Amino acid sequence: MDVLFTIPVIGILLQLIVFLVDVVTRNGSIILALATPLALGAMCGVMNERSGVVNIGIEGMMLASAFAGWFAASLVGQAMPADPSPIFGATPAIMIGVLVAIATGVAASAVHAWLSISVKADQIISGTIINIVAFGVTGYLNLLLSQHSPPTGGKFVPFTPPAFLTDIPVVGWVFQMFLAQGPITMSVIVIVVVLQVLLLRSRWGLRTRAVGEHPKAAETVGIDVIRLRYRNVILGGVFAGLGGAWFTLDFGNSFQAGMTNGRGFIALAALIFGRWHPVGAFVAALLFASAESLGRAIRTTPPTGDLGAILGGIPEHVFAALPYLLTIVVLAGVVGRSVPPAAVGRPYEREATT
Amino acid sequence: MIARAVRLLSLPLGAILLALVVGAIVMIASSPLVTGHFDVTLPLTTYWALIEGSLLSFNAIVDTIVNAAPLILVGLAVGLGFKAGLFNIGGQGQFLVGAVAAAGTGAALAGSPTAIAVPVALLAGMVAGALYGFIPGFLKAYTGAHEVVTTIMLNYVAIQIVSFLITGPLRAPGASFARSDDVGNAALPAVLNAGSGHPGHIGIFVPFLVVPLIWWLLFKTTAGFELRTVGANPDAALYAGMRPRRVIVLALTFGGMLAGLAGSIEILGVTGYMPAAYSTNIGFDAITVALLGRAHPVGILLGGLLLGAMRAGAGLMQIQAGIPVQMIDLLQGVILFFLAADVIVRRVFRVKAADVGVDELQTVTSSYAGKAPAG
Repeated sequence: MDVLFTIPVIGILLQLIVFLVDVVTRNGSIILALATPLALGAMCGVMNERSGVVNIGIEGMMLASAFAGWFAASLVGQAMPADPSPIFGATPAIMIGVLVAIATGVAASAVHAWLSISVKADQIISGTIINIVAFGVTGYLNLLLSQHSPPTGGKFVPFTPPAFLTDIPVVGWVFQMFLAQGPITMSVIVIVVVLQVLLLRSRWGLRTRAVGEHPKAAETVGIDVIRLRYRNVILGGVFAGLGGAWFTLDFGNSFQAGMTNGRGFIALAALIFGRWHPVGAFVAALLFASAESLGRAIRTTPPTGDLGAILGGIPEHVFAALPYLLTIVVLAGVVGRSVPPAAVGRPYEREATT
Repeated sequence: MIARAVRLLSLPLGAILLALVVGAIVMIASSPLVTGHFDVTLPLTTYWALIEGSLLSFNAIVDTIVNAAPLILVGLAVGLGFKAGLFNIGGQGQFLVGAVAAAGTGAALAGSPTAIAVPVALLAGMVAGALYGFIPGFLKAYTGAHEVVTTIMLNYVAIQIVSFLITGPLRAPGASFARSDDVGNAALPAVLNAGSGHPGHIGIFVPFLVVPLIWWLLFKTTAGFELRTVGANPDAALYAGMRPRRVIVLALTFGGMLAGLAGSIEILGVTGYMPAAYSTNIGFDAITVALLGRAHPVGILLGGLLLGAMRAGAGLMQIQAGIPVQMIDLLQGVILFFLAADVIVRRVFRVKAADVGVDELQTVTSSYAGKAPAG
């Protein structure tokens, strides 16, 4: 094997593959964890955009949910302290925090739905409003609260998979990746698969896609376009809320101003990169999270030899910018065009019934 | 004339007023965290501090204009896009690459005479911004990639470009944190000595020159007519022999240049160097400015001054009333909400606002799923 590595070009490629496999297998858990808010944000996007509503407010929805969930958990934790249960270390505080986060995502989505569908305001502006207000409100309240330093409401404890699974040679890391996780991350896979099946195989999915592609035709066959859009946009808020809860109740246990840090926009990128399909978006989220891990791995445990010299020469910023650059590339159709639902962005005008 | 002005201003003014009411409610509700008890006068203290810090002294006014200058320039960039039927969310990225180009050029020319260093550094910023605006323009015109998504993505790419340049090639040797070298002679001369706060550098006059220029360009030239026609109806424009693709590229490139100019002025006039972690929300602030001003250059000037005043007064607000500066973001978002949900403003104030300006946005998102425009 070592002899192969010394062949020019092919040797470097082989080394690269070995290194990539090594990074992914060693960092599987963290990659899936980092992909969680991206995937959940993208699922919110799927619900919106597949039914014809643009949503660039995912960032703000997740930020607001992260704050509300953390604050609710903190309040409940102070009011009724409880021992963590053996299942994911859940406490009433954390559970209520998650529910409040989801409710916040739903509320923000309801505003977006009202502005986009009923007021027929520009949907991009509606998303912008949600981003700005969420940033302002959470920053404002967080600064005021920090003067009183409220205690954390705690966070979920990741599951510890049994050693006999993770020790299995070759595939053990897969168990580690999918099982050594908190409940929100674990639920992502289920959500993605269920949404994919529903979207492509159920009556609701067919109707949603019809409304997203050709609302007028959908209305002709008796689908209530306005109602379906409302329902889907608001339900999408559940995923944004859960994604927000991940920040403060699953991955970490505290809130910092602006902590979503653009992940809502990477979620949008994952949605586009995954061609508006739940599974596609999830794969894109995993890819983007892997790029992040790879950039980090190159600096912490750089590969040796020529490969190390080449990879070490690539600035970390290239890896950080990769998700955004890839999204532009697929949107421009350079490699494999990504085409959005045809009616996305257009408010639906029902024809006058006289 | 007056009646028209009232009609034009009633909607933005109504939105601002309602936003102040919402802000007051938030402040009263959160007053126990600020003062320890419910305080219904807190909004009055806050708003008075905002006014005092932005208007009631020479220093305050200079500070307002210093804050407003970049907002007006990037607001014009966004507004120009609106007129052409484009939604440019990339103000932040274009501002950042302009700023870093000006910072690098300025640092390199720090020892040259001011008469050379300043124009060259400004030019570098404008060229960088223009190039960064050209990318989404070209992609939109020739591949159909929607500018909303590409400009958002390019904003984050710009953050990485800045971070790479400032922590790498442009890093000032010996500085305690990652920053570019001082711009030295490339700094914009201070002309209004305000004593404290921001110096009144010469760059604050730039928007007052650019606004009439854009107005003339939009309403008195063939290019401006072409741009507005493409924005209103690309098909009709094409039929009339205009070239929508060219207009799209030019509108975004020119907007990028304005945003790059704003970034350069900010670096050369206010900070004097560029830190690696330069953070700004100017892209979204500028959207508020452009919508407040209904995409009209004069409106954008007024909108920029208003937001500039809020930013300028925020410091005093935090000191005197104990209200965190994030209140400004909140107010801004709520203003935008009421501008979008104009039905509320109309009902509360019983206004029949003129339906101009914002209606151009109808065409904006309708092209989200679009193919590359013809022509």
